Amino acid sequence: MTRNSDSETKPRKPTRTGMRLIVPLQGIVQGRGGLILGSLIPCALVYFLQLYLKRHRSSNTLSPSTSAENLPELPRSSSRANLLTRGSIGRVPVSSRASSIAKPNDCPYYIGLDRVREDPYDEINNPNGIIQLGLSENRLSLDLIEEWLSKNLSASMLGEGGDDLNICGIAAYQPSDGLMELKVAMAGFMTEIMGRTISFNPSSVVLISGATPALEILSFCLADQGNAFLVPTPYYPGFDRDMRWRTGVELIPVHCRSCDDFTLSIKALDQAFNQARKRGQKVRGVLISNPSNPVGNLLSIDMLYDLLDFARERNIHIISDEIFAGSMYGNEEFVSMAQILNSEDSDRDRVHIIYGLSKDFSLPGFRVGVIYSFNENVLAASRKLTRFASISAPTQRLVVSMLSDTKFTREYMKTNRERIKKMHDLFVEGLRELGIESAKSSAGLYCWVDMSRLISPYNEKGELELWDKLSNIAKINVTPGSACHCIEPGWFRCCFATLNEKQIPLVIERILTRNNLICPHQNGMNWSLTCCSKIIA
Amino acid sequence: MCKLRKYIEPTVVTGWKAYDENPYNESYNPSGVIQMGLAENQVSFDVLEEYLEKHSEATNWGNKSCGFRENALFQDYHGLLSFRKAMASFMEQIRGGRVKFSPERLVITAGATAANELLTFILADPGDALLIPTPYYPGFDRDLRWRTGVKIVPIKCDSSNNFEITPESLEAAYNEAVSMNIKVRGVLITNPSNPLGSTIKRSVLEEILEFVTRKNIHLISDEIYSGSAFSCTEFVSISEVLEARGYLEAERVHVVYSLSKDLGLPGFRVGTIYSYNDKVVTTARRMSSFTLISSQTQQLLASMLSDKEFTQNYIKINRERLRKRYEMIIDGLRRAGIECLKGNAGLFCWMNLSNLLEKHTKEHELDLWKTIVHEVKLNISPGSSCHCSEPGWFRVCFANMSERTLEVALRRIHDFMEKRSLIV
Repeated sequence: MTRNSDSETKPRKPTRTGMRLIVPLQGIVQGRGGLILGSLIPCALVYFLQLYLKRHRSSNTLSPSTSAENLPELPRSSSRANLLTRGSIGRVPVSSRASSIAKPNDCPYYIGLDRVREDPYDEINNPNGIIQLGLSENRLSLDLIEEWLSKNLSASMLGEGGDDLNICGIAAYQPSDGLMELKVAMAGFMTEIMGRTISFNPSSVVLISGATPALEILSFCLADQGNAFLVPTPYYPGFDRDMRWRTGVELIPVHCRSCDDFTLSIKALDQAFNQARKRGQKVRGVLISNPSNPVGNLLSIDMLYDLLDFARERNIHIISDEIFAGSMYGNEEFVSMAQILNSEDSDRDRVHIIYGLSKDFSLPGFRVGVIYSFNENVLAASRKLTRFASISAPTQRLVVSMLSDTKFTREYMKTNRERIKKMHDLFVEGLRELGIESAKSSAGLYCWVDMSRLISPYNEKGELELWDKLSNIAKINVTPGSACHCIEPGWFRCCFATLNEKQIPLVIERILTRNNLICPHQNGMNWSLTCCSKIIA
Repeated sequence: MCKLRKYIEPTVVTGWKAYDENPYNESYNPSGVIQMGLAENQVSFDVLEEYLEKHSEATNWGNKSCGFRENALFQDYHGLLSFRKAMASFMEQIRGGRVKFSPERLVITAGATAANELLTFILADPGDALLIPTPYYPGFDRDLRWRTGVKIVPIKCDSSNNFEITPESLEAAYNEAVSMNIKVRGVLITNPSNPLGSTIKRSVLEEILEFVTRKNIHLISDEIYSGSAFSCTEFVSISEVLEARGYLEAERVHVVYSLSKDLGLPGFRVGTIYSYNDKVVTTARRMSSFTLISSQTQQLLASMLSDKEFTQNYIKINRERLRKRYEMIIDGLRRAGIECLKGNAGLFCWMNLSNLLEKHTKEHELDLWKTIVHEVKLNISPGSSCHCSEPGWFRVCFANMSERTLEVALRRIHDFMEKRSLIV
């Protein structure tokens, strides 16, 4: 026998006004009148209480700044006391969406980044600072770009005569969705990295100042307020902000598990879709990251086809964030969603790809992002919205030159991959010697580390305690799985591409030497002295 | 997305198309359409170019390897401190040093378009409204409303008092919103005004500040043309008004600035929000992750704008040249029998052709406009696209062309007016 809803199992009682006033939910249970009274009267009481407090406030103080902001005090005159008599009825309000954004960070992903900002490790100036493993940045191959710049900069920026390539050309208004030359160069670069059998069309490229706004623009284009996207977990914590903040769109997590190597399950997607439908929530699409962030695994070609089938059956979109496509270190080959669309022409309209130069090309500061879509409506709408997030013209010029130098880009990508692999292997091996394993992965600037044996209790609280200790005691910043909505506690994303070779043993050593403080409940960590000396040497 | 699909481009697009299909070129196409509908500043470009040629170190990262490395990785939404300091200093210089700006209150955005949209997201919820004096920059209809869901309620100004904002017009707009059950969240002014080409008087700024205080709402002052006032003393910033009263009620005031007009660098996408409200600064900063300025550009401009010798010189020359252009166009129009609103800033003038209209209606204004675009071959902006309540006014840009081209344009207008007075 199925469980019925509360209203059917509870016998209807005569309404008690006291309960209905205080418990709106009770009001829902006991009928509409209860709902109205139960909601309105507490609200009215709160309103009058606030009004009373406002009137009796002695001074008009500003809200406390968050720890990261130290704003200078405005010079205040003695006439501030006259505020209340001048007709001001209190501090001027901001919008409700702003109020929620202004709240102090409560996500460990952002708190961790703030902590590093306040106490960053520096070999010489701050050797006891926090080592950053929480930012998926690539510092391994910047020397290659520097070398290219030293040979090519002035020609690429200011041009060697001719109208287009000199300063006049870059100062004036440009098409907001990017220069055609850059679209061509970008399409060429994407073809190099993920093309295989297909090539990317410059006309389907929309250029934006970063993958962050690219994702938000797609969210605005594909969904209305209150609609939702299905997102396999664990996922990049930034999605919660980028997709939701200003759009009013929701994200529905679809859990993946370690027993499946955290690979996507169509069955789980289907279940989540149906549950959403029952709740009356309209699902507009699936958001995947491939290569996955934070796990670093790839979607197989079969899985891509299955996903497309699922999207077709449900008539929804697919956003494929492929920003790590060039940061491969494993033996598998990366397959882009664009790859499988050639033969599935009717489904082209539902697939949209995000790319950018922040990860593969180590240029997050330059703000170069891409929306790649086959859907004319989405392209048209996205182009219009790029006016709020266009790439700066001098940067476009520079990047055109860089990406058009295909000899350079090929060598760069090859060397970069080798270096990522080397760092990955060193790091994973270092952790392994501590008895800590990582999930199988082939790409990305991080690994997905299983520290579940080290947490107690085996839940989110235990995980966050370990995260906190790693940050405060071992002085390393990693991203806890709960920030990525991982359903299994104890997993952590550790970015290794911000480190150099010397720092990996340092990280391992810190975990090792402070392990009794980090996990005091763990007696048998089996870390032999010989293994330690091997790492630290 | 549905909203964007339904967005119908205003009729001015026909003017742009006419230009795109047949653009004027002194040598190759002397009878083509002259673009006078784009508020771009090219008059002081040479000063900029000269600086960049002499200071090539501004465009590279120097010999230090850490310069490039740090810059390439820098994606902090606070923005480069050196850049914020340089912008704050530049903004101070534009205001003749009469007011101070703290780099800690500056939020960076990719252009003023993004800055205005960001502020709208922060200050208003969907369905709320901002009050904006007419005539106003047509882009606001798009920038402030598209994604935010916020409405614009016009503060109607007219030529009886040179389109000045009055306390009565402010109240009328506010009451109109209230009668439609719309919550007003703030007033947005552009000072110097686009399209009027004139600065707002100090007394009017004080009245506006008094109004927003009384209604407990915000004030956004878009000062994107502040460096394009023809003389340093003509322009009074809202910051100066705040400074003079000890920053009372400053928390409701937010200033928008950009380098697109004053420095003629719209392609660089450099905008800023300067807010006196801590919460707004914090929120804007976080939200600016959707619209950051390339760190490479920040570095370049930090270098250039902290060179006080350059900036003082540039500001001075730019003002003089714009004034000269303005005088040239006013003179030329007067000789053609056309009067303009008295202007003292900006890259355009506000021209009055209402006596050419058979009837004072929007339709007749648009007919006249089409004639000017297709026959006189000048792309100018009709007042109706700026929501002007009186038909017959047009915005004419003069800073996006050479003096010679401006002479050609003036001659065409002169001939057109002569023909019309013969016909009439």
